[in-house]
This record gives sequence, structure tokens and C-alpha cells, in this order.
Amino acid sequence: MLNKYPLWKNLLIVLVVLIGGIYAAPNLYPDDYAVQVSGASTTIELDQRALDRALQSLDQAKVAYRGAEVLEKGLLIRVGSSEEQLRAKAEISRALGDNYVTALNLAATTPDWLTAIGAGPMKLGLDLRGGVHFLMEVDMAAAVAQRLDVYVSEIKTQLRSERVRYRSVDHGNDGSLQIKFATQEARDEGHSLLSKEFREFRLTDLDSAGEFFVGVNLNPSKIAEIEDYAIKQNLTTIRNRVNELGVAEPLVQRQGRNRIVIQLPGVQDTAAAKRILGKTANLEFRLEAAPDAPRSSTESYEFREAGRPAADIEKDIIITGSSVSNAQANFDENGQPQVSITLDSNGGKLMNRVTRNAIKRRMAVLFIEHKTRTRYEKVDGVDVERRIPYVEKKIISLATIQSALGNSFRITGLDGAGESTELALLLRAGALAAPIYFVEERTVGPSLGQQNIDLGVTSVQIGMALVLCFMLVFYRVFGLVANVALLLNLALLTAAMSMLSATLTLPGIAGIVLTVGMAVDANVLIFSRIKEELRNGLPPQSAINSGYDRAFSTIFDANITTLLVAVILFAVGTGPVKGFAVTLSLGIIFSMFTAITVTRALVNQIYGGRKINKLSIGWGA
Amino acid sequence: MNEEELNSVPQSQFDFMALRKPMAVFSMVLVLVSIISLAVNGLQFGLDFTGGSLVEVEYSQEQPMEQIRQTLVESGYESAIVQTFGSPTDIMVRLAETHTATLGDDVLAALRAGSGGAEVTLLRSEFVGAQVGDELREQGGLGMLFALGVVMLYVAMRFQFKFSVGAVVALGHDVLIVLGLFSLLKLDFDLTVLAAILAVIGYSLNDTIVVADRIRENFRKLRKGDAVEIINHSLNETLGRTLITSLTTVLVLLALFYFGGEMIHGFATALLIGVFVGTYSSVYVASNVLLAMKVVREDLLPPVKEDPAEIDDRP
Repeated sequence: MLNKYPLWKNLLIVLVVLIGGIYAAPNLYPDDYAVQVSGASTTIELDQRALDRALQSLDQAKVAYRGAEVLEKGLLIRVGSSEEQLRAKAEISRALGDNYVTALNLAATTPDWLTAIGAGPMKLGLDLRGGVHFLMEVDMAAAVAQRLDVYVSEIKTQLRSERVRYRSVDHGNDGSLQIKFATQEARDEGHSLLSKEFREFRLTDLDSAGEFFVGVNLNPSKIAEIEDYAIKQNLTTIRNRVNELGVAEPLVQRQGRNRIVIQLPGVQDTAAAKRILGKTANLEFRLEAAPDAPRSSTESYEFREAGRPAADIEKDIIITGSSVSNAQANFDENGQPQVSITLDSNGGKLMNRVTRNAIKRRMAVLFIEHKTRTRYEKVDGVDVERRIPYVEKKIISLATIQSALGNSFRITGLDGAGESTELALLLRAGALAAPIYFVEERTVGPSLGQQNIDLGVTSVQIGMALVLCFMLVFYRVFGLVANVALLLNLALLTAAMSMLSATLTLPGIAGIVLTVGMAVDANVLIFSRIKEELRNGLPPQSAINSGYDRAFSTIFDANITTLLVAVILFAVGTGPVKGFAVTLSLGIIFSMFTAITVTRALVNQIYGGRKINKLSIGWGA
Repeated sequence: MNEEELNSVPQSQFDFMALRKPMAVFSMVLVLVSIISLAVNGLQFGLDFTGGSLVEVEYSQEQPMEQIRQTLVESGYESAIVQTFGSPTDIMVRLAETHTATLGDDVLAALRAGSGGAEVTLLRSEFVGAQVGDELREQGGLGMLFALGVVMLYVAMRFQFKFSVGAVVALGHDVLIVLGLFSLLKLDFDLTVLAAILAVIGYSLNDTIVVADRIRENFRKLRKGDAVEIINHSLNETLGRTLITSLTTVLVLLALFYFGGEMIHGFATALLIGVFVGTYSSVYVASNVLLAMKVVREDLLPPVKEDPAEIDDRP
């Protein structure tokens, strides 16, 4: 029979509508303002007792709370308003002390039965929630140069142990190393030894003015490995620092070859965030210069703490901060403060190789910070600001080596717990593989976030209302059917965004608004076709059937091409623009279902399977 | 279905193609003006593409702009550009300075110090490195070209080569005119505007394909009439739909334009221009290209099958 859907098709539509409805539902429940408490380190237990202490402090300060729970990720205390949230945070952090990190958060109020089936609300992007977005770039050239620095002493040790006579190992202009040999034989010997020992080297022979060199470069796979390592270590360090900041749901993610994205929703003190994240530091472990060492092999550095005289240390680097996997302040058997240091396996090997021959000598730890200073220069009579990056190196520890050191060792003899904490902090902060710089930063104040939500919701509502009214007036019953499909389209879009945990951004809302405008296009195409067929004298039932049939290929072609463009937009765009592409593509996909299948089912229910003389499809039929 | 019945001419018949020569000149003039403006004025790239810093604040009471500017100059930000956005209490400060960890906060502190008692709230602060800006610009341009290429391929596959040239010329026409207007009116061109332009490509394509689909159908169906008549006929048949869809899209875009807020304004502007230009181009540009390339019925007949019996069956 014409215009009758089989039962299974109708049931399928009902099923999709139901699922869409259920998974879109969590977005109807507004979020609670909440304070989230987590431990400053993993050893801190977050139990009922801590929660009781927090709640007690709130009771004393007369801050009302809506609920409190102990979750896997920490304690969650819900309050009524954003002012109460700020007060609650202050009270709780005062009551719990430094071992706990308190953060502002928004807690979903999804009912349990919805949570049980995995439903939850959409995430809001930073432009809607307020917060900070950083893009940081790791200086890969510096990472590679650092690694070559470490190789200098390894190469020397290797050549010496095989009794190959070399003159010097220096940096070339292009970031490579130049090893100078006295004779051609020594050079050839050195070349074959190095190529055997260091498979990651690319060696080139150079002769100039009777001197013999071997140029050392790293091969591409080694460079890729170093870069990968540099990014990973930076990621870990930044994650730790972000945890120090106490942000509820931070995002720290690699982007591309050498960048890291950091998103801190709800952060209000952006200055503190930048200070902590922006610290770029590194470490170098070197031996103190022997009294009889030639001046060309030593350098003099000052201590970080004021009032200690500068010390001479060797130029050779044993290891850098990239080998340090952990540093912690604690106490030794006698209750004296100490700092325990853990190295990675390679670092441990290098440390052992050097220190076993240097017992009773002292080892210095250099703390290196990358900073910029601002200079004003006159260019054509105008003061032009120039920022000059510079490197500051200070000694943070100079301790006597008591025995050969390995993967883990400790620095003792510190003046009190304060010093050990400070030293451990510096060591950890310096455990960065490569310097890192801010290349992008976006801060959205909390008031603007709320304002953006309001504006977005208003424009969706108004745009929606205009389109719904227009369709109803213009297409009557068919318009009503299209409107139902449009609303369903929005519900499905919301459900899909929630299920995919996609982030809703302001351009994302723009994508939804645009979808609303364009989703009706499919129905307009179908209805125009039906009208045309009616004008051509077809009876209503055949007109409906042929209208849907003939419009399909047009709708399909038009939507596929738009979808292609949306996918390209997703691939090219960053951040908020991606959000736009996501909502636009989902909207297009769902509009194919709602505007064709769902409206057909509804039209079939209304008109199908009976004799009718006239369709309520508006003017021009 | 009855062939003769489908040949009947719809009631309203507007001779679009009679105007095709003047419209072609009109389009060329628009595109030429756009190109000249782009060459002379260039685009006013926003922070996303140039790099630099931006701080947006809200004052509790209106402030004289001159005073704000003076405050910033005294604090050492001589290159600061101060402008209002939205309301007179919302101030945007743009700086060419490179980034320091505290720039946003420093500017905010300077503004607070010089506000004469008015409260200053930070709305938004952004910093984009020059290199990131360059990359985004390059990516954006590549994305646009790539989108055009993919579209051309798809249309050539689904329709025919002449149609894909028509579609791509129409899209290029739309993009150039939107860019040209942004350049002429000196509107800020940021990432959201780039997104809007890609959406314009999608939208205009939608329109062009609907028309092309009908032209193909009519070429196959109608035996009488030359290309001009068939295109005219197809345009008339799709006119209702084209106008209604444009209208609904314009309705929602107006909602975005007026109620969507400052951050979405450029986006809505670009799309509004794009919808008008896109609607126009699917009527005049794509069809004009088809005629210029001498589209004939044979271009659109389904490919001849190998089976000789099939060929014999053809009327």
C-alpha cells in the first residue's frame, strides 16, 4: 500500500527517538557549584574523616552546602551559588591544610538512573565556562643540543678507554659535535670505534688545514626519539604543575610534533597559573673542578642562595635534568632532612660511570632557568622594545660523593626540612627535557563565559522560533511535521554530543543555529516536490510518494558535499572551530534521518493508507 | 508516469537567462572589485592570524576612551589600540607586544589603577604567537583550497565535469566576494570568520547542487528546448525552494547577528553575506558557466551500456 511504513520501521524510529531523548535528558539538569578536594600527593587519603573536617569548617563558617560525597577522584562538596563556592573553598582549604588541594568545579546533577546507563551532560568549552587555554611549544633544537652535550663526556670517556688520541670535542656551528684528532690514523680509529659504540650517530670525516675531524650528528630516528621523550617529559611535568594549581578538570595534551595544549577550566587566578606553568628550568649534574684542573675545562658559577662564594666546576656534564625521574624531600634514619633522587636507567649508568672514580670529590647541581629580559633600542629615533632570551645558571647543591652513585641516591646534610623541600622542588622543576615557551594564550573571564551561554541560548531560541513559525505558516500540517523533525534533530544532536563527550563551544552553538536553518532545507525540497507533483495533477497519495522519492537524491548530494566541507573544517580547524565542525556535521547527518525518515513516518501516520482529496501543505499546491 | 504531463510549463516562468550577460558582467565587476580591494587593502586579520595580545575588560561606568589610552601610554604600552565593542563600557585593548607571563594581568592592573574608582572586570585576554598566527593562516588557506578541490572531484563524479567547473567557479566567486567585502568594510578576519567562509562554501554548494540536480533531470526528461530554455525552466522550478531555504537560513543568522554577542558577530556577518551571494551565484554563476561551456543533452545522458539490447530499447 502506498505511504505505509512497515511496523519495524516505525518501531525503529520510536526506538531512536527514545534513546535520543534519554541521552539528551541529562542536559536539562543544571550543574551544581561545587568544591573538589584532592590530595597534594598520592599518599594522602581522602576518606570520610577528611570530609567530616571539611564539612565541620563549613558549618562553623555558616556556609550552607547541598551535598557531599567521597568519590574516587576526591571529595566533592556541592553548594548553592558561586559566592558560596568561593567562601567554601577558602574555608575548606584552611581547615584541611596544605596536604590537600581544593578546586572550584561544577558538578553534574544527573539522576542516578541516567548515570547508570552512561548518560551525562555535554561538556562546556572554555569560552562558555571561563578559564584559561595555553599552547606551549617545546624547543626541540634545544632538546637535541642538550642531548649532544651529554654525549660530549661519553665520547671522551669512550675514546680514552680505548686509547684513541683525540685533541678536543667541541660544538660545531650547526649544532653538531666536532672531534679533533692529531693524525689521520687516530681519526680513522676513532671513527670506527664511535660508529661501533654509538649506533645513533651519523659520522662524517672532515679534513682541513692538516687537521682531522669527525663530525657527529644524530640520526633522524634518534632525533625523533629525543623529541618524543622531550614532549612526554614536559607533559608529565606540566601535569604535575597543573595538579599543584588545583584545577578540577584540567586538560594537558600533546598537539602536533612539538606543542602542548593546556586547558584550565574555571581558573580565575590566571597570573598564578602562568607563573607556575611558565617556569622553565633544567638541571645539570657536574663534578666540582679539581684544584689542578686547567682553566679551559672549568667554569665558575654562583650559588642560588645569596652569600656563598662562587664555585669552579667542570665543563663536562654527567647528566641533565631529563634523566631525573623523581626527587623527594624526606628524612633519613636519624631523622635528618634529605632529598632522595631517582634517575632513569641511562642516567644511572652515566652517574655510576663518573662517580665511581670520583669518590670524596664534590658534585654540583646546576639549576638553569630560561628567562627573557626587555631592552629598549633606538631604531630610526623610536624606542623599540626587544626581548632577549637569556639563560641563568646557578648552583643549588654542592655535595661530597660518599660512594659510587647509581639509579637512586640521596643528598644529605641539609639545613632543615625547609631546605630539603626547596631543593626537591627545584630538582623536580628542573626535570624538564627541554625549554618550553608560551605560543598562545586565551583567557575567558567567568562572567563572559556565562554571558556567552546566555547569548548562545537566546539566539538558538529566537532563531528556532522564527523558523518554526515560518514553517508552520507556510506549510501548515506539513510544516508542523517538519517542526517536529527539527526539534527531534536538536534532541539527537544534544544526545550525540553528550554520548561522545564532545565539548560545546560558542562556535558550536553557532553550528547548531546554522543546522536549524539548513536542516529544514531537506523538508523544503520534499514539500516543494510534492506541491509540484500536485500541480502536475497527481493524486495526493502518489504526490507524497513521488515527492519523497524524487527529492532524495538531491538531498543526498547536497548534504554529502556539505558534510565533506564540514569534515575538512574539522581537520583544519583548531579548538573552537572544531566545535563548529562537529555540531555542523552531526546536524547534517541527523537531518537526513529526521527530515526524511521521521517526517515520512509522521506523514504516513496522518495521510497514509486512506483516501484523501486534499493535503494541508500550504500555498501553491 | 505520463511524459507529456511532465512537460507542461509551470505557471510562473521568469526568464532568468535573459539577464545572464548583464549578470555575468555584474559578477565579474564584483569579483574584480574584491580582488582589487584584497590587493590594496588586504584583509584586516584578527589576532588569530597576526599574533599579538588582546585584553577585553568591562568597566562598571563609562570611561572616556582618551583617558584609558592615556593610562596605558603612561604605563608603557604606547602601541596599545583601544576600542569599544558592544557597549561603551566594554573596552578592548590590542597590543602588538610579544608575550610575557603577566602581560594580561599587567594591563588589567594598569587599567584598574587608572580607572578613577570604576570597577574593571576581565572578560577575556588572548595572546597568539606570531608563528602560530602564520601557521593558522596557512592552514586556513590550504583548507579552503582543499575543500574546493574535494567538491570539484565529487561533483565531477556524481554529475559531470562541466557541472563541477560551474560549481567551483560559483564557490570561488562567493568566497572572493565575501573576502572582498570584509576587506572593503575593514572587518576583522579571525578564525570564526574563516569557519564561516567554509560554511559558506558548504551552503552555496548545497544550493548549486540542488539547481544542478534539476538541470540534469530536465535535460534527460525534456526532449524539446535548448540549453538556455532548460536551465531557465529548472531555475524556475527550484526558485521556490531556493528562496525559502535562504529565508530560513537568513532568519537564524539574523538571530545570531543580533543576539549572539560580540564573539560571534564576524561569523554571522560573513555567513549573511555568503547566503545572499551563494543564492545569487547558484542562479547566475553556475548556470552561466554551464552555458559558456556549451553544455548539451549528451553530457548528461546516462552512460551507454555495453549490452546492445539495452541500446535498442532506448526510445
